[in-house]
Amino acid sequence: MSNQEVKDYLEKAYTPGFITDIESEAFLPGLSEDVVRAISAKKNEPDFLLKFRLQAYRHWLTMQEPTWAYVKYPKVNFNDIIYYSAPKKKVGPKNLSEVDPELLRTYEKLGIPLREQEMLAGVAVDAVFDSVSVATTFKEKLADAGVIFGSFSEAVQNHPELIERYLGTVVSYTDNFYAALNSAVFSDGSFCFIPKGVRCPMELSTYFRINAAKTGQFERTLIVAEESSYVSYLEGCTAPMRDENQLHAAVVELVALDNAQIKYSTVQNWYPGDKNGKGGIYNFVTKRGDCRGHRSKISWTQIETGSAITWKYPSVILRGDHSVGEFYSVALTNNYQQADTGTKMIHIGKNTSSTIVSKGISAGHGQNCYRGLVKVLKSAENAKNYTQCDSLLLGSECAAHTFPYIEVKNNTAEVGHEAATSKISDEQLFYCLQRGIDQEDAINMIVNGFCKQVFKELPMEFAVEAQKLMAVSLEGAVG
Amino acid sequence: MLNIENLYASVDGKQILKGLNLTINPGEVHAIMGPNGAGKSTLANVLAGRAGYEVTSGNIFYKNKSLLDMSVDLRAREGLFLAFQYPVEIPGVSNISFLKAAMNAKRRHREQTEMDAMDFLAAIKSKAKQMQMNEEMLYRAVNEGFSGGEKKRNEVLQMLMLEPCMSILDETDSGLDIDALQVVAQGVNALRANNRSFLVITHYQRLLNYIVPDFVHVLADGKIIKSGDKQLAIELEESGYVGVGG
Repeated sequence: MSNQEVKDYLEKAYTPGFITDIESEAFLPGLSEDVVRAISAKKNEPDFLLKFRLQAYRHWLTMQEPTWAYVKYPKVNFNDIIYYSAPKKKVGPKNLSEVDPELLRTYEKLGIPLREQEMLAGVAVDAVFDSVSVATTFKEKLADAGVIFGSFSEAVQNHPELIERYLGTVVSYTDNFYAALNSAVFSDGSFCFIPKGVRCPMELSTYFRINAAKTGQFERTLIVAEESSYVSYLEGCTAPMRDENQLHAAVVELVALDNAQIKYSTVQNWYPGDKNGKGGIYNFVTKRGDCRGHRSKISWTQIETGSAITWKYPSVILRGDHSVGEFYSVALTNNYQQADTGTKMIHIGKNTSSTIVSKGISAGHGQNCYRGLVKVLKSAENAKNYTQCDSLLLGSECAAHTFPYIEVKNNTAEVGHEAATSKISDEQLFYCLQRGIDQEDAINMIVNGFCKQVFKELPMEFAVEAQKLMAVSLEGAVG
Repeated sequence: MLNIENLYASVDGKQILKGLNLTINPGEVHAIMGPNGAGKSTLANVLAGRAGYEVTSGNIFYKNKSLLDMSVDLRAREGLFLAFQYPVEIPGVSNISFLKAAMNAKRRHREQTEMDAMDFLAAIKSKAKQMQMNEEMLYRAVNEGFSGGEKKRNEVLQMLMLEPCMSILDETDSGLDIDALQVVAQGVNALRANNRSFLVITHYQRLLNYIVPDFVHVLADGKIIKSGDKQLAIELEESGYVGVGG
């Protein structure tokens, strides 16, 4: 395929979704200790949380924005940001016929059920009470099992002892610039607690998607899986997400006690900016799981197709003996998108093992970078790691970079790294075309084949959607 | 079916085909033989429309339409099939889903509905059996880790499923042992019909014992220098290309 053909294919117009007008009660832009106190007061938070926020804020003031990532963007002015805004009332379309048909076309392509389309498109809530009642049913079912699941703010009010016990124990507010900022001003997020011996009765994905309201700019998520429990959690949505906030700095903390297992899947499809690289979300996220207990397991699976800049390293601290960490990632950058993403696997316990499979796809002028750290401490007898990171290039103006760091302090460790970069070959494309498959379908097929190892880690229903998402993202019509 | 008129084609600026003429009528099987570098594979690639193979003059008519005006995938959907000399691997794409995509592309082109999943499965399983292919190969990635012989069988399996009007076999016999050769030949013979044509490109007469051609052509230095029936292939085997003036 000639470069011109690739270019034409990738440059199909981006169709943005619509933005709902939100009448909100908001603070003036800017950040100060008073703003931090005001946020905490608005949310009626207990003292320990205010203290946490203030410590974080004071620490943040001493920090510099990191510059080591392989991304370029204009400096963010943190005093231009509004740090608190409570949505009062949504003025959305009354039904789907009032929704931008292009957006609906994208939903259609992704195969999203009608009910969920209404939710995603922001159709006024009273028009979709069916979905709400579905959500209520879920909530009852979870409560029966003893699972606590809801917004972070709710949990602060109802289970402050759990929040106090676990918040900031995986990602300390001193961890990095954005984590400190998040700790000071986080708006809301999710809290999930699976008690001892409970296998969460449903994929929290199903629940989450229907309830996925506005996530906010500084999201905070905490998941605690007690001994011998299991939970599968899906964050995000394949459907396009539009947000007026340019900077997103979320923190996600996972805690797995003895024999517990947490499977955390992310599909991130935020506005990537237009084809000239204008606009788009900056997604600076800190995600970390702590395999605190023996034989615990934490798996991260992420499909990253959105955002102008992605800066994200979901990591696992393998503290418990025999604990297992996994990271499966597909990151796609098209047009002028930039992604610097990867993982950290910190082996502390004995017989710990980790697996990293990273698939980067670059198209247009996209920059895709894998950055990974495998660290085996002296205490980690018989640690094992396997890393595979592959890059696929479409066209000649994009690039892929790989920065694997390996630090081994125990000579019983087995660490393996494989890396490959390939272009969609003319041979493969010609073979598909010669079987009558058109160019667009052929590219999608080859790309999906490249991602298969990761897709199969996703919850079933999302694996199918993820495939379609790749097609839509490559088309440039994310909407 | 296929009419090639005074065809000149070049690769990387080098003239390979130099005034080739060939007519293939519906139902006919033609074999093209010739020494290395004569232009056999170039002819196959030009017919399929591969990038980098430039037609500098001449015409090709396929089903009375100008083939050179058609894109690669359109030619395929119109029933022109190339069995590759070196089939390509596509990691992560299962053989069965690849074939299904190809089948459905062709059906959509003919304004037919997509094939029912159960019917498709039944069809592909029976054809795989015919090609003596293990069913498990259908679920493996396209050609990935296949042996040379398995790749060639897979090509013929695709051909059996897609039921092309004009099949071009580019040295499908190369690298096959005698058993595999027979299986491949049986596959081709099963498809022979008076509305289908075949162009079999080969180095060796051996294949033509199993796929008996109606015509044999000798290609040398970019054009056909001699044509005959099956007997010509046997003569070539005995006296070499030099013997026929190649």
